[in-house]
Amino acid sequence: MKYLDEFNDPELAAALLDDIRKTATKPWALMEVCGGQTHTIVRNGIDQLLPEQVEMIHGPGCPVCVTPLEMIDRALAIAAMPDVIFCTFGDMVRVPGSNVDLLRIKAGGGDVRIVYSPLDAVKAAIDNPDKQVVFFGIGFETTAPANAMTVLQADRLGVPNFSLLVSHVRVPPAIEAIMSSPLSRVQGFLAAGHVCTVMGMGEYVPLVEKYSVPIVVTGFEPLDVLEGIRRVVAQLERGVAQLDNAYPRAVSFEGNAVAQKVLADVFEVTDRMWRGIGMIPQSGWRLQDKWAKFDAEKRFDVSAITATESPDCHSGEVLQGLLKPNQCPAFGTLCSPAHPLGAPMVSSEGACAAYYQFRRLDAPSPVGA
Amino acid sequence: MCLGVPGKVEEIWEADGTTMARVDFGGVRKDVCLAYVPDLQVGDYTIVHVGFALTKVDEASAEETLSLLRDIGALEAELGVTFQK
Repeated sequence: MKYLDEFNDPELAAALLDDIRKTATKPWALMEVCGGQTHTIVRNGIDQLLPEQVEMIHGPGCPVCVTPLEMIDRALAIAAMPDVIFCTFGDMVRVPGSNVDLLRIKAGGGDVRIVYSPLDAVKAAIDNPDKQVVFFGIGFETTAPANAMTVLQADRLGVPNFSLLVSHVRVPPAIEAIMSSPLSRVQGFLAAGHVCTVMGMGEYVPLVEKYSVPIVVTGFEPLDVLEGIRRVVAQLERGVAQLDNAYPRAVSFEGNAVAQKVLADVFEVTDRMWRGIGMIPQSGWRLQDKWAKFDAEKRFDVSAITATESPDCHSGEVLQGLLKPNQCPAFGTLCSPAHPLGAPMVSSEGACAAYYQFRRLDAPSPVGA
Repeated sequence: MCLGVPGKVEEIWEADGTTMARVDFGGVRKDVCLAYVPDLQVGDYTIVHVGFALTKVDEASAEETLSLLRDIGALEAELGVTFQK
């Protein structure tokens, strides 16, 4: 496939690795924010091929993983109601709530449906006028335009039985939270390419300046990730901190203006809880009041549901890059993809699941290494 | 989640007031909403996420990146550095 095969060339990957090896003279800790990049790195063993000086810390960019437990419990409560069709992305159905997950609701007779596009949920509402159809609108800035469009579409076509359960998260406040944490070891970031396809790069300028941290917008194929790493390491070695774009075939500085306009019309910025991490100011989007009639949290009165996370799950430390997945005491024993304690063991982009799938036979490195 | 897959636009039509396209992902074809990239044409490459085109792949930039990567590869070869496993 064009634009995939060329960016998987093993010879060029070897050359990039050699260049990184020659450039890196000191130890550097880089964070890839996006779960898709974590998957590329662990699946291809990129972290093991890098020179010892360059450490990859896996960031919190798996939206399924950071969706707060109480929001999952609210979703589960709605999905279990009679006459509800609950539509979701496939990644979400096995994420454990406090007691059950969406698959178990389905097994118990609930109408839980996996959709490819959020617009499929609007169509399900049109096809089932006697049911309430709810779409679980999770994701980062990449996914938000698709979810926002369901509200505009339901409004335009007059679909009163559709609503959206919104739990959107935004990348820049998460980077801000990581950089302002005294525990953070991160010295440079690979920014999530497709988030920037939508939002552009402007939001990262103040972060680069405030924290003197290199941020390189990076794609998702092995060569993209290696080029992102190469550019961050080169900046660190030169002692500079700049915003750079290593994924220009999909990202412009301005981003997608049409999508940004729709986002500004449908959502507004809000504080948001991140599972395992806690509240990050201004890190989410919620529906604006003018769209309240499509807000599932208001339609189903579930906002009183709260939840406490399992003490055995260390996903918060994993998502902040303080612990590698296989350093968690529950990894592969109490917690596995078949019986996950936390969401990072569920999603294919979760760091724990990636380690379980590709790395579980390796001896864990000591904590802090 | 933020997976965006490149594909080639094969056909464009209007449905429910929205522009839709059939996009070929190396043999797998999906219907994709073009609301956010309205100027896509048949034959263009686009990056698709959960049924929505997010951008047109900038072919010149793709070639530029590849050429830069190949230059690094050529430089490594010229310096006689071999990749150590």
